[in-house]
Amino acid sequence: MKKLNAIVLGTALLGSATALTGCGGEEKAGGISPQQFTDALHLVMDSDRAVYTKKVVGRLTKKEKVIKASEHFEDDKALPLPAQMFRFGSERVAEKTDKFSYSLQSLFPINSQNAPRTDVEKEGLKFINDNPGQNFYKEETLGGQKYFTAIYPDVAVVEVCASCHNKHKDSPKTDFKVGDVMGGVVIRVPLG
Amino acid sequence: MKRLSWIIWTVLTLALSGYLGYTLVAAEDKTEFIVGAPTHGHFQIELACESCHTSPFGGPEILQNACLNCHEQELEAANDSHPVKKFTDPRNADRLEILNAKDCVTCHREHQHEQTMAMGVTLPDDFCFHCHQDVAENRPSHEGMGFETCASAGCHNYHDNRALYEDFLVKHAGKPDMLSETMKLVNDNVTSYLAEHPDVKALIADDADIPTQQVSEQDQTITEHWAATVHAQVGVNCTACHNNEQDEWLPQPKLDVCSNCHQDEWTQFTESHHGMRLSDKVDISLSPMTPAMSRLPFHQEAMDKDLTCSGCHDPHTTDTKFAAVDACMSCHNDEHTNNFTQSKHFALWQQEQQGLVPEGTGVTCATCHMPKYEEGGEVRVMHNQNHNLRPNEKMIRSACMNCHSLEFSIDALADEQLIKSNFIGKPSQHIESIDMAVKRTKQ
Repeated sequence: MKKLNAIVLGTALLGSATALTGCGGEEKAGGISPQQFTDALHLVMDSDRAVYTKKVVGRLTKKEKVIKASEHFEDDKALPLPAQMFRFGSERVAEKTDKFSYSLQSLFPINSQNAPRTDVEKEGLKFINDNPGQNFYKEETLGGQKYFTAIYPDVAVVEVCASCHNKHKDSPKTDFKVGDVMGGVVIRVPLG
Repeated sequence: MKRLSWIIWTVLTLALSGYLGYTLVAAEDKTEFIVGAPTHGHFQIELACESCHTSPFGGPEILQNACLNCHEQELEAANDSHPVKKFTDPRNADRLEILNAKDCVTCHREHQHEQTMAMGVTLPDDFCFHCHQDVAENRPSHEGMGFETCASAGCHNYHDNRALYEDFLVKHAGKPDMLSETMKLVNDNVTSYLAEHPDVKALIADDADIPTQQVSEQDQTITEHWAATVHAQVGVNCTACHNNEQDEWLPQPKLDVCSNCHQDEWTQFTESHHGMRLSDKVDISLSPMTPAMSRLPFHQEAMDKDLTCSGCHDPHTTDTKFAAVDACMSCHNDEHTNNFTQSKHFALWQQEQQGLVPEGTGVTCATCHMPKYEEGGEVRVMHNQNHNLRPNEKMIRSACMNCHSLEFSIDALADEQLIKSNFIGKPSQHIESIDMAVKRTKQ
């Protein structure tokens, strides 16, 4: 029930924040701050991802053993990996709006394109890695546009997260454990 | 004198403005306004300007939407590895300033015939450099390779890497040129159609519902031919195609009559270079394509043939064997086509027709250029001949790998001379992508 409340709250915040930024990006008195907005977004993302990881992938691949999960899920007729589900969601958002964007990045990326690129990404991913449990918030300017950038630790929630990354031939790190910060969710909101 | 000059200038200006204004607004032929020859993909519809230039107002989104209007689904089906949505993240802002990967026209500029290369790309070949200059850090095997070779060496493709991604290369490594088990998709959609429609009764020549006043001596032969077709088997009578919406008999049914039942095939056909002039996405009504309009070599006697459904499928015989080889060869007159009858592929097709090998063993023009595919439990035939034509790596999975190994397929398709000879002989070069992928996996 707590989770449901959180999702409802997150969705409501998302709706109101989108409405706010839709009116020229100015925050009304009593409105929510960019940090509240990204925190709410992250709560929804994180919850959905955990549900997919545990109730869909974990259950069907480990417990009931009826299907596999694979990076090449179409060719292998398998389930998409949780990280892929997350990216597909992010790409779908990118197709529909420029009011916010998000991505999954890491200091130890399997795909080097997901290594930090901007100074804030580099600083933030290092911060969440060095300070487990803490988030990182900063403003940055990219392509002449100012952004509020929030970076949240992405933790290995089940054993298979760690083992899959440890085994992958492109992984720069091979000793992840459950509970480790594996990377970060970077959410950006344009300001002004 | 000065005054006369002014008068002449004014008259000439008005005349020119009038002429161009009339051509732009009212004339059907707007050739004068074509700023440069369109690419091989679009020249057939070059006078349907507003198919792409949908509005005189607006920004780059006008052209972008026009590109997507025809090509979006194809890109999605190919699991486009560089979709626009991957570049909208603000973290790519600096890259987009160098190469705006959000717009198709950044790489595929139209009306730039002199600088248009294969795949309609107008950029210099080494464009991958802008984002992948550090490739050798993760792939030491790529050290020293020129960025102009990424796509041209049979290894990578900007949009469609379904047959080229690393794990796929590894999975299919080490197989013999000719696979021991070949894929033979045979369509028997009539049986499944009849099972789903138990009320349908097969028709015979006497059932033909052609109006008596339309019957002539020639029609007698036609009804006999019709009675032997799948159409008669599934209860499709004469009037199903020949009658219009008002139930009036049309001696020549409309061009798109087949689409009443064969919607998918018609849509695919109108996405191909054969049928694109008839596409409902073209803003003006155009005549069917003919070989005479094309830039490719064709037989002289075929120059004026209309490319419609009935160009390949005689509507009263529906002989798919004719459509699979003879229809193609009766028009196309290039080295690849003309060498087909000397190929092993053709020999297998002949053996199949003689009943010496199982159905589906023969390799026709259609086997590769209109490959069969399974959808919803049915075997369909791709009617867009351009669907897997360029880049030819698209053929690897849809055609070649039904019989050949991935390695042989990659090598064969990278060998231009072998393609011209219609695969008579072996590939003369070896593409090392599989070797490199396997080596890296072992490390």
